[in-house]
Amino acid sequence: MAFPADYKYTKEHEWVHVDGSTGTIGITDYAQNSLGDIVFVELPKPGAELTAGQSFGTVESVKAVSDLFAPVSGTVAEVNQELATAPEKVNSDPHHSWMIKVTLKNPSELSSLLSAADYEKFVAEEH
Amino acid sequence: MSENAEATSIRKTALNRIHREIGAKMVEFNGWDMPVEYPANANRKSGGLVAEHMAVRQSVGIFDVSHMGDIRVIGPQALAAVQKMTMNDASKLAVGQAQYSALLYPEGTFVDDVIVHRLDENDYLLVINAGTREKDYDWVSGQAIGFDCIVQNLSDDYTQIAIQGPNAWRVLQKLTDVDLTHIKFYWFTHGTVCGLPNTMIARTGYTAEDGFEIYVPADEATSAMVWNAVMEAGEEFGVLPCGLGARNTLRLEGALSLYGHEISDSITALEAGLTRFLKLEKGDFTGRDALLKQQAGGLKRTLVGLEAIERGIPRDGYKVCDTAGSEIGFVTSGSPAPFLKKNIALAYVPPKFVALETTVAVEIRGQLVKCKVVPIPFYRRPKISK
Repeated sequence: MAFPADYKYTKEHEWVHVDGSTGTIGITDYAQNSLGDIVFVELPKPGAELTAGQSFGTVESVKAVSDLFAPVSGTVAEVNQELATAPEKVNSDPHHSWMIKVTLKNPSELSSLLSAADYEKFVAEEH
Repeated sequence: MSENAEATSIRKTALNRIHREIGAKMVEFNGWDMPVEYPANANRKSGGLVAEHMAVRQSVGIFDVSHMGDIRVIGPQALAAVQKMTMNDASKLAVGQAQYSALLYPEGTFVDDVIVHRLDENDYLLVINAGTREKDYDWVSGQAIGFDCIVQNLSDDYTQIAIQGPNAWRVLQKLTDVDLTHIKFYWFTHGTVCGLPNTMIARTGYTAEDGFEIYVPADEATSAMVWNAVMEAGEEFGVLPCGLGARNTLRLEGALSLYGHEISDSITALEAGLTRFLKLEKGDFTGRDALLKQQAGGLKRTLVGLEAIERGIPRDGYKVCDTAGSEIGFVTSGSPAPFLKKNIALAYVPPKFVALETTVAVEIRGQLVKCKVVPIPFYRRPKISK
């Protein structure tokens, strides 16, 4: 599995791609593979406040519900509406099917996230 | 897990190695290491729960259901014993015929659901659930006391393979000399399958599709041989190996009960709505008195089908409320339905909510999501004109 080098990762298998003060967030290929066919994504509304490490929504496969954990703290600026009608896009293109865009509150949080290389090692061990 | 926890070794079917070899995602189910789904990979272009579910609805799928149990009741009073311990009327069975039934407690609640097969004049086979093997065997043995018959636990003797879907008979026909067109639904026979003589072939299943279940010797080599033969015979029909995930979504669309969900030791046969398989008039049986009493007094809850009409997936154990938000019942099983493409559930609600089209709400992570009462089964297989 390949993970984009310019993203940062959590141990709960979310990724964040930072551009200025905006963090774009999704879940990794490893996550979508473990979940199986995704049928439902529940996301917060624009304006919602997120705290790093806390759940900001859920992703559901046929069999199970999984929490989505915020990699960073901030305010939700944008939500990917496509996923309401086409949740399967997360399966087919996990690293580009973004879920939310967040205005970062505390960019120093990024330093405690995993690099692509560290995340790759992490999932290799977990597997 | 605690280091000093008692090591309860997980049980494996004879096909466990094959499941793992072909890349199944494994899960623990009632003490068994079982495949939940077989994802697509280098050797399998299509796979995963949804693909497996659709394969069964549209063509054919193969399941390892060896975790299920088998209890034989044999002897001059075998029928009388089976009649006492089950709720359906086994006296209606011809040799070679099977019926869905249940073992009930004196309270009219479920020990287990069961398929009763009449093997011979005084010879019955009860096929039971995986998680209830030992409980059922003990129960059946106790119920049989006083009747001239023997009770045998044959659960470890068989690898049970289910071949399900509209093309199931075509696949199995390639592997047997028995004319499958002569076996009606819920009938069975014995014949040679994959060269194995005297193999039981039953036109039964848990998918709400046509299909068969075959019972072959439980040694690894024989089991693997048969599994591979079925996979090979099914290749032209796009056969997929199917796991417990699809097994659950298939049976849910057909509104078939799952022990521990729609039926349990705290739910009665009347509440579960299984009146088609409950023969109170057949004579005395364990649980009958309690059911007659409940019938006279009226039910406080019944099983209904729900379909979500707002965004959300009702799942096992979720609260059911009226539209004002007062709790009225609970979901026994709920999931997206891959074939129907709706989110469906079975639930217990009080009598005043059972009318079709009644709106209720299921509490999903703190939010009330509206659902409507719909007829069950949610799915019925199309009738094929021969």
